Amino acid sequence: MYHWIPFWPDTAAVNAVVVNNLYIAELALSGLIMATVVVMMLSFCIHYRSRSTASRANLVEKTWHFEIVWTSATLGVFLILFVWGAAIYLWLFKPPPADEEVYVVGKQWMWKVEHPGGQREIDALHVPVDKTIRLVLASEDVIHSFFVPAFRIKHDVVPGTLETIWFKANKTGVFKLECTQYCGLQHATMQGDIVVMTAPDYARWLAEQGVNEALAAQGADLFRAHGCSGCHGENSTVHAPSLAGLYGTLVHLEDGSVRIADDAYLRDCILNPRSFTVAGYPPVMPDFSGQLGEDELLKLIAYIKSLAGKQEAGR
Amino acid sequence: MSTTTFGRVPAVEPGAATEPSYLTSENTIVSWLFTRDHKRIALLFFVSITFFFFVGGGAATLMRMNLATPEGLLQPALYNRMFTMHGIIMVWFFLIPSIPTTFGNFFIPMMIGARDLAFPRVNLLSWYVFNLSGFVVLYALIMGGADTGWTFYTPLSTVYANGYVFAAAMAVFINGFSSIMTALNFVVTIHRLRAPGMTWMRLPLFVWAIYAVSVVMLTATPVLAMDTFLLAVERFIGIGLFDPRHGGDPLLWQHMFWFYSHPAVYIMILPAMGVASEIIPCYARRPVFGYAGMTIALMSIAILSFFVWAHHMFVAGISIYSGIVFSLATFFVAVPSAIKVFNWTVSLHKGRITFDAPMLYALGFVLLFTMGGVTGLMLATLAVDVDVHGTYFVIAHFHYIMVGATVSAFFGALHYWWPKMTGRLYPEMWARFAAILTYVGFNLTFFPQFVLGYLGMPRRSYTYPAEWQSWNLLSSAGASILAVAYLLPLFYLGWSVFWGRKAGANPWGATGLEWLTPSPPPKHNFERTPAVRLGPYSYDPESDSFVTQEGTRHVR
Repeated sequence: MYHWIPFWPDTAAVNAVVVNNLYIAELALSGLIMATVVVMMLSFCIHYRSRSTASRANLVEKTWHFEIVWTSATLGVFLILFVWGAAIYLWLFKPPPADEEVYVVGKQWMWKVEHPGGQREIDALHVPVDKTIRLVLASEDVIHSFFVPAFRIKHDVVPGTLETIWFKANKTGVFKLECTQYCGLQHATMQGDIVVMTAPDYARWLAEQGVNEALAAQGADLFRAHGCSGCHGENSTVHAPSLAGLYGTLVHLEDGSVRIADDAYLRDCILNPRSFTVAGYPPVMPDFSGQLGEDELLKLIAYIKSLAGKQEAGR
Repeated sequence: MSTTTFGRVPAVEPGAATEPSYLTSENTIVSWLFTRDHKRIALLFFVSITFFFFVGGGAATLMRMNLATPEGLLQPALYNRMFTMHGIIMVWFFLIPSIPTTFGNFFIPMMIGARDLAFPRVNLLSWYVFNLSGFVVLYALIMGGADTGWTFYTPLSTVYANGYVFAAAMAVFINGFSSIMTALNFVVTIHRLRAPGMTWMRLPLFVWAIYAVSVVMLTATPVLAMDTFLLAVERFIGIGLFDPRHGGDPLLWQHMFWFYSHPAVYIMILPAMGVASEIIPCYARRPVFGYAGMTIALMSIAILSFFVWAHHMFVAGISIYSGIVFSLATFFVAVPSAIKVFNWTVSLHKGRITFDAPMLYALGFVLLFTMGGVTGLMLATLAVDVDVHGTYFVIAHFHYIMVGATVSAFFGALHYWWPKMTGRLYPEMWARFAAILTYVGFNLTFFPQFVLGYLGMPRRSYTYPAEWQSWNLLSSAGASILAVAYLLPLFYLGWSVFWGRKAGANPWGATGLEWLTPSPPPKHNFERTPAVRLGPYSYDPESDSFVTQEGTRHVR
């Protein structure tokens, strides 16, 4: 099979456009620096080769003012690059309100995807175009790294915690999904496809996946099956914090610290409740580490999140 | 170049009743294996690291052969073990010891006018410890190798990997003690054994560079010992330091590992900077531009190198605010490197430049280092790092610094000091050919990897999509040229030991104290302690003369 020699990756998300501009600016700057050094080196080497008769009189003795000039020049340019890069970094890693939230679990050597409607896929992720998609990433074993070159987004998926990233695709098509953190024998094949579809196509695709129970509903089943509802349920008599409206709020803990009730916090609380006792409640919750898989945890979290809206409705 | 020799040439014909050279003074095996002479120990180290250079290079050759086609050649397990062993061997068994243990060992005492290092026995012990760690790493390699990547990321290395991770980590652990001993020796020697008149601001920049690197080695290497020890404990007992299932944190390993391994990058490049700063003035026949600035830059790099480690972890799940702090610190450490590049380049202005092999290697060093530097800026930029982290872009970047720059400087130093070490001149044309071939082969191997990286090719992959084959094929072709360029000196330098022209005391007309001794130097270097009257690099391009550090003027 013949391929054109590729020089540039696809640019298929708003994230990618922003990073591309910075990358192009840095390429140009790098070219300029290299060209300066090469031109100076070549011209000196030719002009002052040993056989040339050019004058060598009046060598520069005081060098410090030159050095101050290029120190401050490089420092100035570097600070501009730093601020530019940092501003985008903050924007990339602080997810905006999402149109849709998808859960991704990395394991040796595949990506498992769960949509909020309960649709599941492996090594593929179908998303609608022009929508802000928020991904919650978990790992079942070692560190993986979720990378979509066409979107210029990447984040390590570290076992023991949840990470969130986001993107907004602006082109339909099929793009590569990769793992960029060495994760064992078949690391090279831990790849998949990101399929970006128009909204109607996406709705059709979701419907074609067969009747599914929504992720939050599956979480509700687990919530009952594992006995969570005995304490945290609406009619419970046990003195336990209510989960309705919890997601996204600030939680004051017994040890005086304050945490935002995000995905990673909920995960920590389920697996290791004694380290995250909420102020004013007795430390009686049993610890569920080892009893729940990563995908079950994600379903429980999806259920707790779904309770966030209910309280507002009740007010 | 004229055959006239400069400096303190032996007053009588060689072979007459002068003090025998360090090579010929005693010739039993015991006299070599139990020598305390820094010059002989330097040669012992040279043999050891050359061996490991070709072992690590062999692994690299297999990797590039595998990547010439998407289908590959090796089994995935073998490929994974090859890149792991390539990294471990090249970093700890070649690059880190390369210039300090050979040229540092040989020339630091000679350049400061001393008869030996401060602790000759510790120096010898360092070589034995190095070889012990070498045996352990060879054991790990022969038994089947480790498959974690040279970074040993947890929990892959502690719970999931089933290769010889323990042996590999222990090899690194033991190796660290050799580093520490050598560094300690250099620090004490440079502080205590300088000849009268050799003030700090008269030290050759190579000595400054080795001083800077020794300080970094002494401070950072103990952390590596702790890391690898904890890794071994975790792997055997599973106490859960790095295991989230037991409340541990996988990122703790990364912090500890990079706290050593980022300074280690500077351990690899600082001595190379020192070498370039010796060679460029000598072949441009003029003083180095901004000596004081160069020393300040060396020491600033050494100190700042400790505050940038988490730039390896921008996407690893550290706080985004600490990401910002480490990005800023990384830009700061780039400033002194940029100053050095400009100073080397301007050191050619109004020179009387000849293009002998050491100079070609040194100019290649500057260009490759600059290339590695500008791509380093891109990686320091947070948003760009998010994109190219973990791809071939990073591979290309650090190979430009650690292989392009450091190995070029290593070969530059080897040719520059070869006449002093062996008493023979190397064949100039062959050496120039090898220098140019290194530069061409290197760029052909690693430039395509920048493009592959931005296209999104992940590092440590035994296969890749077919549309990336053209770049990979170019890279593999370049690697074969590079292999020839690295093998060539083995032959012509080996030849020159027996049949090369005899070198005088100072064949290049250089100013340093090491050139005052006969080539090869006698066992105790100097008959009398030199009295230093001048800083280094007193070359005058206008009259084409130079003044040695002892103050004697020579016209060429």
